[in-house]
Amino acid sequence: MKDRVIEILETMHPGVDYEVETGLIDDRILDSFDVVSLVGELMDEFDVQILAEHMTPENFNSAESIAQLIESLED
Amino acid sequence: MQTDILEYLEKSAERCPEKTAFADEVSSLTYGQLKELAQRAGTYIENTLGGDRRPVMVLMKKSPENLAAFFAVLSSGRAYVPLDCEMPPARAGLIKGNLMPAAVITGEGLSERATELFGDDIRLIDWEEAAKSDADSAVLERVAAGHLDTDPAYILYTSGSTGVPKGVVVSHRSLIDYVDNFCEGVDVKSDEVIASQAPFYFDASLIDIYCTLKMGGTLHIVPLPLFSQPIKLLEFLKERSVTMIRWVPSAMGIVSTFRALDSLRPESLRLIIFGAESMPVKCFDYWRAHYPDSRFVQIYGPTEITGICTYYEVPADRPAGEVIPIGRAIANSGVFLLDENDRLIAESDAGVTGEICVKGSCLAHGYYNDFERTRAVFVQNPLNSLYPELIYRTGDLAYYNEKGDLVFASRKDFQIKHMGHRIELGEIEAAALSVEGVNSAVCFFDTVKNRIHMAYVSEGLGDSELIEALKQKVPRYMIPNVFHRMDSIPMTPSGKADRVRLKEEYI
Repeated sequence: MKDRVIEILETMHPGVDYEVETGLIDDRILDSFDVVSLVGELMDEFDVQILAEHMTPENFNSAESIAQLIESLED
Repeated sequence: MQTDILEYLEKSAERCPEKTAFADEVSSLTYGQLKELAQRAGTYIENTLGGDRRPVMVLMKKSPENLAAFFAVLSSGRAYVPLDCEMPPARAGLIKGNLMPAAVITGEGLSERATELFGDDIRLIDWEEAAKSDADSAVLERVAAGHLDTDPAYILYTSGSTGVPKGVVVSHRSLIDYVDNFCEGVDVKSDEVIASQAPFYFDASLIDIYCTLKMGGTLHIVPLPLFSQPIKLLEFLKERSVTMIRWVPSAMGIVSTFRALDSLRPESLRLIIFGAESMPVKCFDYWRAHYPDSRFVQIYGPTEITGICTYYEVPADRPAGEVIPIGRAIANSGVFLLDENDRLIAESDAGVTGEICVKGSCLAHGYYNDFERTRAVFVQNPLNSLYPELIYRTGDLAYYNEKGDLVFASRKDFQIKHMGHRIELGEIEAAALSVEGVNSAVCFFDTVKNRIHMAYVSEGLGDSELIEALKQKVPRYMIPNVFHRMDSIPMTPSGKADRVRLKEEYI
């Protein structure tokens, strides 16, 4: 899961070490439009519905937390 | 006859001096305050620069004061040049080299940034200091006495295919023509409350700024982080009773992606304007379903014709899945299609594609300090052999539908729209080629996934080194999304990079 998330992140906004980065939102590595297109892709790719209330920095700060969010939505 | 864009400010300040004109989360300015600030700082700028009539750059965070600084520069009889505080130094250097400005006005805490971007051989004007000085009506009247409506009001820098950004010079006449005809055509009201999304260094913000100023409305600057927090974004609109937005589809997309209107629908929103990139049908249908009684208007127009030259109000009975047209010409703008042989395509020739060409008062003067690139696109109307008449060739291709509305088709060249930004792929290629160790670089664009690809040849550099180097040269939104390091770039028989083959291979 995490690997597929990283793959999506890399084609969106390359040049970041997504394996270790934990401040994607807090350090403004992704801007608001990046996050929105990322969410669009995640929903298409994993067939989950991400809601506005999931849009917190904690959920999107790292590839790990994004993967966890998707796993929780798949259940 | 109105000859100065600032007459809007004069009139609104007379009519409603206590009303809030511009606000963000921390500050606001009434029309009375705005006028006073423009006169104080305008006097200061004129006294400081004296005989130097060259344009003045403005490096400030998006704020009410930023707009006051624009109007102060105008009061001093000069053209203002809005800048992106986050641009890389290499781009700033190119702009400075082209513009050779009289000075740069810097906002709070930005003087160091200005030196970083422009070096120390540039005159800095501190906004705080300018705003504190006294207005001198004799000075301002002397400036106004020499004013013509053909004088430049602003210069906006846009992506250039050779790697050097182009400064589009727009006169007071064109701006007044645009704002008057837009407000009337689209029916902007005097009690409008607008939520601003577009940065002030884009022409998309002209509607926000100048419709507000003319109509005596109120403009609220939406804090950028809200564009990733849809519920908070909608709360912002609701709390301020926003009636009108002019947003790029990407910004509207954040609301539709999360179905945020399902939980919070700001009642007051009645006029929804979008443009600058194509509107995804899913996004549009979502908004429309929640605002069946509001008006939705798609607009079209490049920076070179001031703002927009066509618009289309989407009817309530729009057939599902139909591409939303860019519509018909705004009043007092001539918009027509020319085929490859410069012959006019008639409205009755539905489906025939041609280049969108524009004439009228909306035409910019051209590109600053660049007659060559100006002459390439601001040309004599090929349909008129009797007297000089300029048209602007947009490079955009379109066709008429059965109803006579224009529908956008594609670009003639390598200009793209990416996340609301207008980008020349050539500018990115030129930036990559200036990186040591890069032998060739070609960009192509995936319109479906909205991704910029770059194929490049380099002996020493890999993707991450190239990305780091590009970050120093072009704005963030121009950094390609996908890189392909190759041994050689495929060529067409005529010796050009074979973009068709590259696209087939990678998209």
